[in-house]
Amino acid sequence: MTMLRPDLQIIADNIVPGSRVLDIGCGDGALMAALRDQKDCDARGLEIEPVNVASAVAKGLSVVQGDADTDLSAYPDGSFDYAVLSQTLQTTHRPDQILDELLRIGKQAFVSFPNFAHWRVRMSLLFGGRMPVTRLLPQTWYDTPNIHHVTIDDFRALVRDEKLQQEGQWFLSGDKQTSRAAANLLAEHAVFLLRG
Amino acid sequence: MTDDTRFGLNKTVQLPGPLPLDSGAELTPVDIAYETYGELNADASNAILICHALTMDQFVASTHPVTGKGGWWTDMVGSGRPIDTDRYFVICANVIGSCLGSSGPATINPATGRPWAMDFPVLTIADMVRAQAMLLDHLGIKQLHTIIGGSMGGMVAVSWTAIYPDRAKSAIIIASTARHSAQNIAFHEVGRQAIMADPRWRGGNYYAEEDPPASGLAVARMAAHITYLSEEGLTEKFGRRLQDRDAKTFGFDADFQVESYLRHQGISFVDRFDANSYLYITRAMDYFDLAEAHDGVLANAFKGSKTRFCLVSFDTDWLYPTSESRTMVHALNAAGAEASFVELSSPFGHDSFLLENAEMARIIDGFLKAGDGS
Repeated sequence: MTMLRPDLQIIADNIVPGSRVLDIGCGDGALMAALRDQKDCDARGLEIEPVNVASAVAKGLSVVQGDADTDLSAYPDGSFDYAVLSQTLQTTHRPDQILDELLRIGKQAFVSFPNFAHWRVRMSLLFGGRMPVTRLLPQTWYDTPNIHHVTIDDFRALVRDEKLQQEGQWFLSGDKQTSRAAANLLAEHAVFLLRG
Repeated sequence: MTDDTRFGLNKTVQLPGPLPLDSGAELTPVDIAYETYGELNADASNAILICHALTMDQFVASTHPVTGKGGWWTDMVGSGRPIDTDRYFVICANVIGSCLGSSGPATINPATGRPWAMDFPVLTIADMVRAQAMLLDHLGIKQLHTIIGGSMGGMVAVSWTAIYPDRAKSAIIIASTARHSAQNIAFHEVGRQAIMADPRWRGGNYYAEEDPPASGLAVARMAAHITYLSEEGLTEKFGRRLQDRDAKTFGFDADFQVESYLRHQGISFVDRFDANSYLYITRAMDYFDLAEAHDGVLANAFKGSKTRFCLVSFDTDWLYPTSESRTMVHALNAAGAEASFVELSSPFGHDSFLLENAEMARIIDGFLKAGDGS
């Protein structure tokens, strides 16, 4: 059993066994396989990269090649217990609309994203004067798929504006969980559990 | 009858029927020519039905009796291949309407003792499916491990899942569509008109003279063949290169390599295919619209489906482009069906599904294995 990425492990740990899960931006299906094998979940996936889709299907997972921006509308309302969007929100054209779609399709939604207000990012911009390139944001500004950088406080504001319920929040620094205190400064990565 | 595990064997069976057809007519008896590879296990749970394309046949992994060439999908079917004949009992049946042994316009009409010709009833894809179901009944197979098909075979396979939702545990649909588009119908009509414009077609009654409308059928094949390739593939293979000459002849001989190639494709096709069968099968494909029988809503065709689906398309296929597969995927998602889909990259257009493709092999292998033992 290979280790899950830390944000995916948090999501896996907090999903009720036997749930129906839609993993949007599922990569090669690591979270889906864990949910299927360890939690008896019915997991489906959406992934944009054909190579990743092929790997997931070869593992026996049900994954559809598609784009979160255009291919979510076909899924019926409330057809999943959870919709999962891990490290994908910042790549979508309209994150606010994607959030609406997640909570239309899923009764609850997990969203994880790299925090653009982490102190290392702030330092990099403040002293380097250039768009930050960090461990979690490794691409340069011109070739990054991350077109909507977001901070933890920005995300909280969006959740508030959209009148969504926040049912859980977890923060990561390095690969370890870190406290809620000053998360917007100290967390590299955040995971939220939302309800519509 | 399934004890013999040698490859192929050119099997045929005459089923009494009657087979009720969508047109309202009935077909009786129903001849079906088929090949089987591998061995059916004790609980008959390892059967895979392969559905062939328009001008293909049951010789999926065995030598074609007319051309002497190897099977049309030997990269995919055989011992140790993704569709592994050591593990699965593989069946491929010639569709009714075709000309490799199953009932079609060239077979004998029992009422007259002469070939059916144009008296053969017009068929639909669903009719082909129901005939195959009769074959499975005959073979003692209640439920398929997997049904798989490319192009028209994909239309047959997806129809199977809608007509007999409990008879296929999983389905693989490659380079296909849930309905024939206006452009698809238009190309087929060109082919049919080419056949019918050949004076030797004689209203379809050419069997006695053994003088078939070869020119018409060859032109039909040439037009269709262009749709199976891509501009990229044609440019790469032929470009504007001349055929066995240094300069243009200022005549109408095959100056260009691509002309020579197409002529060869047309001429070699007429040796192995019947012109009337070409009319009947293209018609069946043109009539195909899976949503039509479900109040125009494709998702209804998959409502409550327990079948696991895998769809594959190719980026240079403009005959059944990725958008057609995606329409099916959206309908499957809307119906809550278990579905996978991937668009693969290949320069060879629609024909990509017949050619060796490592990614396609990896996907089919993994998808089939995921269905073992469940």
